[in-house]
Amino acid sequence: MTIQFPKDIKFTNYYRKINFFSFILILFSCFILFSKGLNLGVDFKGGTLIEIRSDNEQINIEQIRQSLLKMQLGDVTVKKFGKQNDFLVKIEMTNMNDTNFIKSINNKLSSDLGTVINFRRVENVGPKVSNELLNDGLLAISLALAAMLFYIWIRFEWQFSLAAIAAIIHDVIITVGFFSFLSYEINLSIVAAVLTIVGYSMNDTVVIFDRIRENLKKHTKLSILDISNASTNETLSRTLITSVTTLLALFSIYLFGGSILKGFSFAMIVGVIVGTYSSIFVATPILNYTNVNSKTILKDEDNKNI
Amino acid sequence: MLYFSKIKLITIYLIIIFLSFFSFTNFVDNNENFFLSKKVKLGLDLQGGSYLLLEVDSKPIVRRNLQEKLLLIRKYLKTNNLKYQNLNQQNDSIVFTSVNSDIEKFKEHFLNKDNILNLYYDKYRSYEMNFISENNKVIINYSKYGLIEIKNSTLDESLEIVRRRIDEVGTNEPTIIKNGNNRILIELPGLDDPNRIKNLLGKTANLTFRFVSENETDFGSDLISFENSDEKLKISKRVVLSGDNLVSAKPSFNNQNNQATVSFTLDRVGSKKFGRATTNNVGRKLAIILDNRIISAPNIKEPILSGNGEISGNFNFQSATDLALLLRSGALPAPLNIVEERTVGPDLGEDSIKAGAISLGIGFILVILYMLYKYRQLGIIADLALILNLILLLGVLSILEATLTLPGIAGIILTVGMAVDANVLIFERIKEEMKTDKSIIHAFDNGYKKAQSAVLDANITTLISAVILFFLGSGPVKGFAVTLGIGIVTTLFSAYFFARHLSSIYAMKNKDKEFI
Repeated sequence: MTIQFPKDIKFTNYYRKINFFSFILILFSCFILFSKGLNLGVDFKGGTLIEIRSDNEQINIEQIRQSLLKMQLGDVTVKKFGKQNDFLVKIEMTNMNDTNFIKSINNKLSSDLGTVINFRRVENVGPKVSNELLNDGLLAISLALAAMLFYIWIRFEWQFSLAAIAAIIHDVIITVGFFSFLSYEINLSIVAAVLTIVGYSMNDTVVIFDRIRENLKKHTKLSILDISNASTNETLSRTLITSVTTLLALFSIYLFGGSILKGFSFAMIVGVIVGTYSSIFVATPILNYTNVNSKTILKDEDNKNI
Repeated sequence: MLYFSKIKLITIYLIIIFLSFFSFTNFVDNNENFFLSKKVKLGLDLQGGSYLLLEVDSKPIVRRNLQEKLLLIRKYLKTNNLKYQNLNQQNDSIVFTSVNSDIEKFKEHFLNKDNILNLYYDKYRSYEMNFISENNKVIINYSKYGLIEIKNSTLDESLEIVRRRIDEVGTNEPTIIKNGNNRILIELPGLDDPNRIKNLLGKTANLTFRFVSENETDFGSDLISFENSDEKLKISKRVVLSGDNLVSAKPSFNNQNNQATVSFTLDRVGSKKFGRATTNNVGRKLAIILDNRIISAPNIKEPILSGNGEISGNFNFQSATDLALLLRSGALPAPLNIVEERTVGPDLGEDSIKAGAISLGIGFILVILYMLYKYRQLGIIADLALILNLILLLGVLSILEATLTLPGIAGIILTVGMAVDANVLIFERIKEEMKTDKSIIHAFDNGYKKAQSAVLDANITTLISAVILFFLGSGPVKGFAVTLGIGIVTTLFSAYFFARHLSSIYAMKNKDKEFI
C-alpha cells in the first residue's frame, strides 16, 4: 500500500484538551449567534432577490445601490456575484400586490444606469411564506435529529445515542456559528446542507461506534478507554479516506459549480471537517464519560436471547 | 459472501441492463416511444422559467356569503313571525336580538339537520354555521367546517379560472396545482418574463355595467375612479349587467378612431337585460367597470338590442387582447395574491447546467484517481462500481421522470464522494482480515461479512436525512433530497452486488498470490 496511517495514535490522551477546545468553540459560536445573529436570506426573511447581468462593464455596485435607494424599497444590499458584470441585489421589500413591481425596478435601473439590465434570476418571497419556510426548515432539522437519536437508540444503547446526538449538535452549532461569524447568507440550500451534515456526521460516528461495540464484545477485559483507542485507530484510515473523497467532490462543487452553489458547498465543507473531527473527539469520549463497558453491550444481548 | 448463485447473478445483471437502458434514454431524442421518452426532467432553475405561488383570499367571499345568509335569515324570521331587532352583520358574524321564546324557535329550526339556512355536513358531522345565544342576543358565524367548505370551493373555482387564463396565453407545458387549502402553485417552464401572466392573474376581472348617477337622489352610488386617471365619477350601485352574461369577447379594431377595442357577445338573458336598459336610458352614460375601476363611460346613443357590444378605452392591441382573454375566462371568485415568485432566465439555467456538469466531471475524476491511488487494483473495482452507480442513479431518475435541479446535481456529486464509502469500509475491513487470515478468499469473505452492519448503518443515517428533506423541503431542495436518497440506494446495490461480484472474481484469480 502507499501511505500507511500510524495505527497507534493515543487519541484518548487528547480527549480532555480537545474537548475543552470544542467547548470553547461552541461557546464562541453561541456567543456570535446571539450577539450577531444570522444573515437570513429572502427565503427566510422575505424580500426580493435579483441577479443582475449587464453588458456594460462600467457599472459598479455603488451606482446600482444609489438607483435602488431612490426607489425607497427599504434596506438594499448589492454585491458582486460571479463574473465581472454580475451582481446580486437584495431588497427588503416585496410588493406582491403590485404585479409590475419587478418590471418597474428593471425600468428604473436601466434608465438610471443608461444601459440594458438583464434580470437573470428573481426571487420574491412574501412574509407569510418566508415564515413557513423558516419553520419547515427548523422542523426538518429537529426531526432529523430526533430520527437519528431514535435510530441509534434502536441499533445501539442509549449511551451511544446520547454521544452521537451530542456530536451532531456540536457540528450543527459550529457550522451555523461559522456562517454567523462570516455573515454568510442562510437560505434553503443551507438547510439542505445542515441536514446532509447531520447525516454525514452520524454516518462517520456510527462506523466508529460499530467497531467499538464489536470490540467490546470481543475483548471483555479491556477498558472502554483502550477499546475507544483501538477502534478509532482501526477505523481511522476509512474515516480519512471517505472524508477526502467527499471533500474532493465538495471542493469541486465549490470551485466549479457556479455562484448559486457556493454557500451550500461551503457549509458542507465546514460540516464534513467538523463532523469527521467530532466523531473521533466528541462522540467517542462521551462513551468514556458515560462508563460504557462490555456489560452494557452484553446485557442487551442477553435480553435479546431470552 | 463471495458465492453468487446463477439466478442471483442473472437477476443482478438484468437489473443493471434494465436501469442502464433508462439512463441511456436521456441521450436519445425520442419522445414518441413509451420507453425512450422516459427522461430526467430539468427543473425550472436549470431550464429557466417561472414559479408562482398564489394565495386565494377567501375573506371577501366569507363576507359576501354572510350577507346572503343574513337576507335568508331575515326572510325566515319575517315569514315565521318571529320577533327580531338590530339584525346586522358584525365583522364575520350575524347578530340580532329577540325574545327568548322566539330565539328557542329559531334555534330549533336552525339546528335541524334538514334546514336550508344552516347546512349539515354529514362528512364532518358538523353544521355550516355556529349558533351562540347569550341573554337575548344571537350570534351566528361560520363554523370551522363551514369555512373549510368555502375555502375549498373558492380554491377549486379559482384553479379552474387560473388554468383557463394560462391556457389561453398558450405557454409551454404549465403545471397548475393546488397547494394546501388556499394556494395555487404554478410552474411555467421557459418563461423568463412572467409579467403578463402575473398581470392576468392579478385581476379578478369582475366586469359590471352600471349607470353614471345623475342626481343625488339615486338609490345609492359609489365614487369610482377611472382606470388610467384619478378622475372620479358617481356610479349607481345598481348593476345593469355583469360579466357572467358574456358568452364571448375578442379584441377588435375601431376603424373610425383607429383604436383597439374589445367586442363582446351577450347570452340571451344578458341581451334582453341590456336591450331593456339601453332602450329606457338613451342619452345617459353607462359606465363599464372592471375590478372597481371605470374603463370607460360612453353615452348611450341608441338602444342595443343585438346583444353585441364594444368596449373602448385607452387600449393598445395587447391590452385589448388581455382584457378579452380575462372576460372570456371569467371572473375569479376571490382576489389572488402572489406570495412567492421565483424566476430564472434561460441563460442562467444554461450556465448552471454547464457549471454542474463541469463540477460533476471534475469531482468524479478526482475521486476515481484518488481511489486508484489508494487501492490500486481494488480501486478499479471501486471505480467501476462508482461509474455503474452514476448510470443506475440516472436510470432510476429517468424511470421516475424525476426533476433534476441544481441542488439535485450537487446531490449527485455528493453521492460520488460518499458512494465510495461503502467500498472503502469493505476494503479496509478486508485489509484488516488479511493480517490474520492468510487466505485471500477467506479475507474477502470475512471483510464483506463484517463490514455489512457498518455499511448499512452508515447509509441509513444519510437516507433518513434525505427522506426528511424530501418531505419538508421545497422546490429545488427537494431535487437534492431525491438524488441524494436514490444515490444511497444505488450505492448499496452497486457495492453489495456489483462490486462484490467483481471482488469475488478478483479473489478467485489471486487466491494463490500474496495480497497486494
